[in-house]
Amino acid sequence: MAYALTLFTLVALPFAAALVIALVANGSRALHSGIAAAASAAGLILLASMAGPVIGGAVPSATVSWVPTLGLDLTLMVDALGLMFAGLILGIGLLVVIFGHFYLYKGEATGRFFASLMLFQGAMLGIVLAGNVLLLLVFWELTSLSSFLLIGFWQHKAEGRQGARMALAVTGGGGLALIGGMVLLGLAAGSFDLATILERGAQVQASPLYPVLLGLILIGCFTKSAQFPFHFWLPHAMAAPTPVSAYLHSATMVKAGVFLLARLWPVLAGTEAYTVIVSSVGLITMVFAATVALFRHDLKSILAYSTISQLGLLVMLLGFSLEMAALAAVLHILNHAAFKAALFMVAGIVDHETGTRDIRRLGGLAKAMPVTALIATLAAASMAGLPPMGGFISKELMLYETPNIALFGLPWLVPLLATVGATFSVGYSLRLAWHLFFGQPRKAEPHERAHDPSVGMWAPSALLTALAVLLGLVPMLLAGPLVGAVTGAVIGGAAPEFDLALWHGVNLALILSMIAVAGGVLLLWRHAGLLRAWDSIAHSDAKRMFETTLAFADIWVRKAIVAVHTPSLQRMLLMTFGVVVAFIIDGALEGGGAITGVQPGIPASAPAIVAWALMIAATAAVVNDSRQRFRVLIYISVIGLVVSLAFVRFSAPDLALTQISVEVVTILLLLLALNLLPKAPPLISSSPRKWRDGALATAGGVLIGGLAWAMLTRGAGETISAFHLANSKPGGGGTNVVNVILVDFRAFDTLGEIIVLGIAGLAIFALLDSAARGSAGARLARWQEDMPHSPESHPMMFVMASRIALPLTLTVGIYLFLRGHNQPGGGFIAALVVAIAFLLQYLAAGYDWTDRRRRFSEHRMIAWGVLVAMATGLGAMAFGAPFLTSTFEYFTLPLIGTFELASAMLFDTGVFLTVLGAVLLALAQLSHISQRAARAYAEGLDAETGEPDDAAQGVAP
Amino acid sequence: MTYEFLVASAIGVLVAGGIYLALRARTFQVVLGLTLFSYAVNLFLFASGRLVLNRPPIWDKAVTEYTDPLPQALVLTAIVITFGMTAFVVILALRSFLETGSDHVDGDNVPCDGDDGEAGRGE
Repeated sequence: MAYALTLFTLVALPFAAALVIALVANGSRALHSGIAAAASAAGLILLASMAGPVIGGAVPSATVSWVPTLGLDLTLMVDALGLMFAGLILGIGLLVVIFGHFYLYKGEATGRFFASLMLFQGAMLGIVLAGNVLLLLVFWELTSLSSFLLIGFWQHKAEGRQGARMALAVTGGGGLALIGGMVLLGLAAGSFDLATILERGAQVQASPLYPVLLGLILIGCFTKSAQFPFHFWLPHAMAAPTPVSAYLHSATMVKAGVFLLARLWPVLAGTEAYTVIVSSVGLITMVFAATVALFRHDLKSILAYSTISQLGLLVMLLGFSLEMAALAAVLHILNHAAFKAALFMVAGIVDHETGTRDIRRLGGLAKAMPVTALIATLAAASMAGLPPMGGFISKELMLYETPNIALFGLPWLVPLLATVGATFSVGYSLRLAWHLFFGQPRKAEPHERAHDPSVGMWAPSALLTALAVLLGLVPMLLAGPLVGAVTGAVIGGAAPEFDLALWHGVNLALILSMIAVAGGVLLLWRHAGLLRAWDSIAHSDAKRMFETTLAFADIWVRKAIVAVHTPSLQRMLLMTFGVVVAFIIDGALEGGGAITGVQPGIPASAPAIVAWALMIAATAAVVNDSRQRFRVLIYISVIGLVVSLAFVRFSAPDLALTQISVEVVTILLLLLALNLLPKAPPLISSSPRKWRDGALATAGGVLIGGLAWAMLTRGAGETISAFHLANSKPGGGGTNVVNVILVDFRAFDTLGEIIVLGIAGLAIFALLDSAARGSAGARLARWQEDMPHSPESHPMMFVMASRIALPLTLTVGIYLFLRGHNQPGGGFIAALVVAIAFLLQYLAAGYDWTDRRRRFSEHRMIAWGVLVAMATGLGAMAFGAPFLTSTFEYFTLPLIGTFELASAMLFDTGVFLTVLGAVLLALAQLSHISQRAARAYAEGLDAETGEPDDAAQGVAP
Repeated sequence: MTYEFLVASAIGVLVAGGIYLALRARTFQVVLGLTLFSYAVNLFLFASGRLVLNRPPIWDKAVTEYTDPLPQALVLTAIVITFGMTAFVVILALRSFLETGSDHVDGDNVPCDGDDGEAGRGE
């Protein structure tokens, strides 16, 4: 655990940098790139502090338990493989940040750019350092998402958006497959801990799940690493700014798939299925993409296809399931990262300085930009695999291994195709350098302004190219120990004996290599003729195929949704109620027995029977008269009143108080809403439909009523309520058990409830606040007074009475709040009462008058309410008790006597504030909208008749 | 007649009315249906603590028998949340009416002005 802090800091750094950059998004370009560069450099230093022991074989790791029941832990570990990738991610990341600083123009959204870049860097680091496969998946998805932001950085460009979407669809879709594969892998290995899984290769390969998990994991790797047939997203991702391409396609994004193949090599590799699938997919990709790259004209497109081809090479090497091939792959990962990042930066420089990336318009640039030409030519030579570059050694190693593998029983197949692929690689690499920098300029215009860029822009690529050269000249010195250690980490044992050198004597690999170089030169020489031949063949357009597939899927998904999820609320509700009724019938038939239980009932008093009859009649009236909307509100309030009385009768004073105050607020709300809604629209349901709904409603009513009857005629049996009653006073410090349950025993529920209520209030505000615009606004402006109104809209008596009532009602509210812990009352009820007091002012004096005198903001009240409630809960944690544990103490003051202060009271204050804020926000906003419509209408009338109309002007002074 | 019968039958009637109105085509009727349904659900939840007279759950040294406080606490928040839901649905209905000029739950184009609605407009 010695490195725990280092590891967590290492992964957290880029995320922190992303956050900081986003917070200063309006700052300067230098500030943004400076933060990003500092974070990358600090990460490199942290990594370097662990490099020695890791190469020596230590595997520092750190674990924080996250969801232990799922096997999900925050485990980070760094072995040599992780070290190498983390080094590439941070090192090339730092260079890309420097390059990006000069590449982007000052006016661009550099804050967003570098924040996304750091987010991506953090996600990549997470992948390579994750020690738990579930955690790895989280970071894997995060790379898909953050690369989406990077590829689509230029949001105004259609191809940027399309490319980003395609990359997300393909890599995100592969990510889904990978989730399935990794979970199965964890099940097969019996653990989600990576180190444990790596030791259980035999167990996994013997598992019946192996073929399925292999397939799913490979889909994840192949989509990410752009292997055929999932390769098509990568060229379209070139719509990204060039620094992004340099980063994503050299050392990071696309290498994630290769990394995972290498990571899981000890577990997955070695079987027949693995070898055949992985090496043939890699082989096909390598040859196919190398061929395409030869005939592309956009610099970045050439590099894109060459990247796909090189990735194919890496995948093939890992697919061989041979230790030396794994070693070749490790070395080539280093080589490729160096020369490909350099070449992408060169493409960016050329684009930046000449204004074009079309290789047909460029040529002979070596005279105008000699430094760039030197860098690019050396990097391209490494890509071609020419001596004395690093690329030559890794290609030699690759060709040396090819005869050891016989696909489909044909021993010559792999060497032949690998040589073909290598030939095309030489071809496109030479063409890139030759057509760009040598020969005659093809078009004059780009050359007139071409010149070498500033040092800051070419230095990163120069550094990378120097690395690519040194990897060829002094490979053992520079990379020997690292490559050995990484290979050991990949194969899960000691690395085989190896010697990296340019000259190994004349062997088959050298001969194949020479054939490839000769063939490549031939391809360049004959390029014009080959290009004509290539252009004459019809090529399928992957993008169009992708879009057709997507459109097809879209149509069918829509159809499927409509089929199972009808867009008609009526039909949906009918089905829901029907299913519920069917379930109850089924349950009743299954359960059997008598409906009526044995518990004797309590005889009802005469007033209760009258109230019951009133309620039944009111319900019938609501149903029967639902068209007369204002009248219905009276019936509804009758029902609410009877329900409140029932609560009084059945020993529930808190509920009665809540119900009656909610009733008032609800009716006010419905009244206000009805003002703007149709008052009595014609009924539209057909007769058969009414009968059908009536039958279902009757069935539902009888069944639920019967259920209630069956429940009420049986005893409750043992419940947990005895605990609440026994502990309310000694444990919660209150005698009102209902309130103690709300603010103490089940305070977490209550916290959730007030948050929901706060959200409802805010959502209502949003719905109404934006109603003044668009077609809703137009309809509001056309609103007409359609109800007979009293000539005086704010009667003096009412106004005065409500003003006198205000302080009285507030006092009652405070009283109800304060006594709530021991007597009926509490935050909910007090808030409703206080809300009614304020709403009365709106009602009596008008919105404008009241709003001008309002001293508080409902939004803040909601926010403070939730914060206070949460802070109370967290306060308990500060004292080492679980969240929302309450405490209380008795105090004595002269005059007042002994009184109690409970932390639950503070929580109840939060409840009070949230409920009050939400209720006021909803109703005040609604009355605001209504009154605005009324005023607009009144002004319209004034203009017509010329009569003064103070209907909407508020109370007369 | 027992209190148990009164409560059970009231729940049944409210549910029937609620289902019928929730299946109607106009938003306001659906809101009314939800309101009736909420009364029924809250009463049902409350009734699961059984009906007890004159024994409110206010702790006192002298009292040994209380009604069940837990359903009451659940119903108390349920009543407040019901208000939040009703308010939200009403405003949603209002906004959709303002947006489309139709108060049909599925946004179908239906006449919204009845005879009575027209009456006040002649002036």
